[in-house]
Amino acid sequence: MSPSEQERGAAPDDELVGGHEAVLEIGVYLIGLGLATLLTIVSFFVAQTTLVWQPSIPVALAVLAIAQMGIHLVFFLHMTTGPDNVNNAMALAFGVLIVLLVIIGSLWIMAHMNHNMMPMDQIMQMQR
Amino acid sequence: MTGFEAIAGREVLNRAGESWDRHAVAAHTASELVSKRIVVGYGFWIFLLSDIVMFSAFFASYAVLVDQTAGGPAGRDLFDLRNVGLETACLLLSSFTCGIASIGAQAHRGSWFYSAMAVTFVLGATFVGLEVREFTSLAAQGAGPTRSAFLSGFFTVVGCHGLHVTAGLLWLLTMMAQVFAKGYRADILRRVLCFSMFWHFLDIVWVGLFSMVYLIGAVT
Repeated sequence: MSPSEQERGAAPDDELVGGHEAVLEIGVYLIGLGLATLLTIVSFFVAQTTLVWQPSIPVALAVLAIAQMGIHLVFFLHMTTGPDNVNNAMALAFGVLIVLLVIIGSLWIMAHMNHNMMPMDQIMQMQR
Repeated sequence: MTGFEAIAGREVLNRAGESWDRHAVAAHTASELVSKRIVVGYGFWIFLLSDIVMFSAFFASYAVLVDQTAGGPAGRDLFDLRNVGLETACLLLSSFTCGIASIGAQAHRGSWFYSAMAVTFVLGATFVGLEVREFTSLAAQGAGPTRSAFLSGFFTVVGCHGLHVTAGLLWLLTMMAQVFAKGYRADILRRVLCFSMFWHFLDIVWVGLFSMVYLIGAVT
């Protein structure tokens, strides 16, 4: 930020974007679009092919999905580790923690309950 | 540093009886002030994360119920991956054009902004149309949301995303109208920023949906 801007109190990102910067930003979006398209195509390919060991497919799809979400965050939402982005990154980390707790916790608990539950016909007999 | 800390620092200087340079303090606070654009973006990001937490609850309930088909059709009998691929292409391309539109708005280029927003709208509307067609054909096959716990979970998580996209389309039209009526004012540009964040967020949720619901459902 130049001194004249400081006197006006203008923040650096409120200014008009010039033609050159706009072209650079479009380049970032193009890279993101290319990578996301690639990962999407790989996901659909992995799901339909018989070349991959079948039990590994769900794990592969999960990894590809997480990678694509990362691509979207970095290239479309401009998530960086820069100083003006620390708060956003911290909030994201907390959000990811909650999401993992909710999903993994639910699956874990419900799988155990399913496992330990008496078979349905025995429950019916006990209620008779 | 916040304004409070700046004021506190000034008081300390006063109490010490030192002479302080007004210009130096003013320049210091100005450089430490965070721009409103960053603050608004941060607030909206918190909202998006809370929305993601809500989606994670729907994902978890779907994942728990996915095998409870009650003798009805399972995912591999129902999901049409060609349709899902088309939906994915629509939403991914619309995310890209939405980014172009937000750059166009920041550069105050009306032609970029309006054309990119229009393309985004068409792609988003195509997505919603494909999803409605899929839902009606499922219901016609007797695989509506009341058929089994699996289908209830499926319609809830996918339908909730579809509703978000529909709301996003209305917001998109509102933003085009506001830019048209009020021009590239700073507050309008902040709203365009929030809209583009929302649209990118919808694409991120869709990545989870097509991978974890459709592709895994079609495989297992």
